[in-house]
Amino acid sequence: MQKRIFHIECNDPVARDTFRLVLRTDGPVLVRSGQFVDIALPGFFLRRPISVSDCLPDGLVLYYKVVGEGTRAMSEMVPGTELELLEPLGSGFHPEKCRESALLIGGGLGAAPLYLLAKELLAQGKTATAVLGFNKADEICLAEELRALGVPVQIATMDGSVGTKGFVTDAIAAVRPAFDRFYTCGPLPMMKAVCAALDAPGEVSLEERMGCGAGFCYGCSVQTAGGPRRVCADGPVFDKEEVIW
Amino acid sequence: MVTDKQLSVGLCGLTFKNPVVPASGTFGFGLELANSLDLNTLGGISLKGTTREARFGNPTPRIAECTAGMINSVGLQNPGIEVLVNDKAPALRRIYGGVIIANISGYSVEEYAFNCARADACPAIDLLEVNVSCPNVHGGGMAFGTDPKSAAAVTAAVKAVTRKPVFIKLSPNVTDIVSIARACEDAGADGITLVNTFLGMRIDIRKRKPVIANKMGGFSGPAVFPVALRMVWQVAHACGIPVMGCGGVQRAEDVIEMMMAGATAVQVGAENLRNPMACPEIVRALPALMDTLGINSLQEIIGIV
Repeated sequence: MQKRIFHIECNDPVARDTFRLVLRTDGPVLVRSGQFVDIALPGFFLRRPISVSDCLPDGLVLYYKVVGEGTRAMSEMVPGTELELLEPLGSGFHPEKCRESALLIGGGLGAAPLYLLAKELLAQGKTATAVLGFNKADEICLAEELRALGVPVQIATMDGSVGTKGFVTDAIAAVRPAFDRFYTCGPLPMMKAVCAALDAPGEVSLEERMGCGAGFCYGCSVQTAGGPRRVCADGPVFDKEEVIW
Repeated sequence: MVTDKQLSVGLCGLTFKNPVVPASGTFGFGLELANSLDLNTLGGISLKGTTREARFGNPTPRIAECTAGMINSVGLQNPGIEVLVNDKAPALRRIYGGVIIANISGYSVEEYAFNCARADACPAIDLLEVNVSCPNVHGGGMAFGTDPKSAAAVTAAVKAVTRKPVFIKLSPNVTDIVSIARACEDAGADGITLVNTFLGMRIDIRKRKPVIANKMGGFSGPAVFPVALRMVWQVAHACGIPVMGCGGVQRAEDVIEMMMAGATAVQVGAENLRNPMACPEIVRALPALMDTLGINSLQEIIGIV
């Protein structure tokens, strides 16, 4: 973990209340899928933990949703603005544990870290299929970016405006993709349903309100099958068997 | 280049190479940060509060952001006293040469004494900081620190089982901090750490419920600095034993201010959570600030106001 200054290259709305933030810095950036960064925002005491959607040679691509005053302030930041980040944080996904083909299941902004994961899987010569769930069509993001990598994407929307009407589990049942390992990030009820429905080994990215983001304040601890774990440092990615729903 | 400044302070026969100490609960067991910063720049480290048995702590959310601070309700998550004395403290001792402070909690006078006896037997631990002020656990913690008689009873019980210096960490959630500090001094305390967090609360107005799962938690951060400083000043002037000042310290200027109020060492708490490098940065900033202020030795300014 290190503290570094990045500057905003672009910070654009891409879906309802959803922004795509591209950050650049001096020097190489090394972040693995499932890891996150913790961003200091002027005027706010705590940092904002944001998952990494893509890692560039000297930068990062992040997606965030405006959910409160901090992310509202972030959405108003203009290109050139400097931001201080702690990075990289967290454990990340394990693409190396996938044998041949992976199923990536995202709910809402949970799609963001799956993009970098898909790139890592493809670089390892594996294949990936993505199933992304959203409430409505205007929330859809990252589907085209994943397709551009060559990853087939199936959408599920609650209102049926795009793709399968219903949950990601409905879309998975409709498509019946072949996979030997799944990876999921999104709302807890969605991930619970996914883990109950799928027989294969799987990894789950948890979210929790954090203090330090780096494993020393114990503000984001959860009980797991293996005992207490810090979401920020022991996770956010856990094997599905570890999660106590 | 400022090179001749004396940052070291003496306290109960121990030498701190500088007065900066990460506060208990905001720095884990030190080990968590060993790969991210140079621990040996720190005068001391106060380890995560420890109880006899392992505790998971409170449900999440445990953290709420506030203007100029934050509320925590971790609830003393810790692996228990045996893991502290057999594993965590010895592991830190192998990589850290400064003062190691064990922060001890309990649910009864007997538990405090048991835990302190175990910590006394651990050569890696230099000083005991007895937490009678945790606002986040029921039936323990703060209950002992808000009444002079109970605070004195804990002090006397732990002093009977250890030869190591004992600091009692006090709660600011009291009407008369001086009477409690004096009771601890009279019962044999070697020093006082103050203050722990202030009992606070936030409500999510959209969800219409408290942000913290446990409803209330401990408020800390720069907003509390003036109140903490006032209490340090009151206690340092009323008691003859040394004080470690704690509460809202963010920068080298705050360290100097706490020391002028009477603190011998100064703990940094919530600031570590927003900036894990805060303590080494403060240590690095001290010599130039001392130069600006005409201070040659930090020991000279303790309690000059």
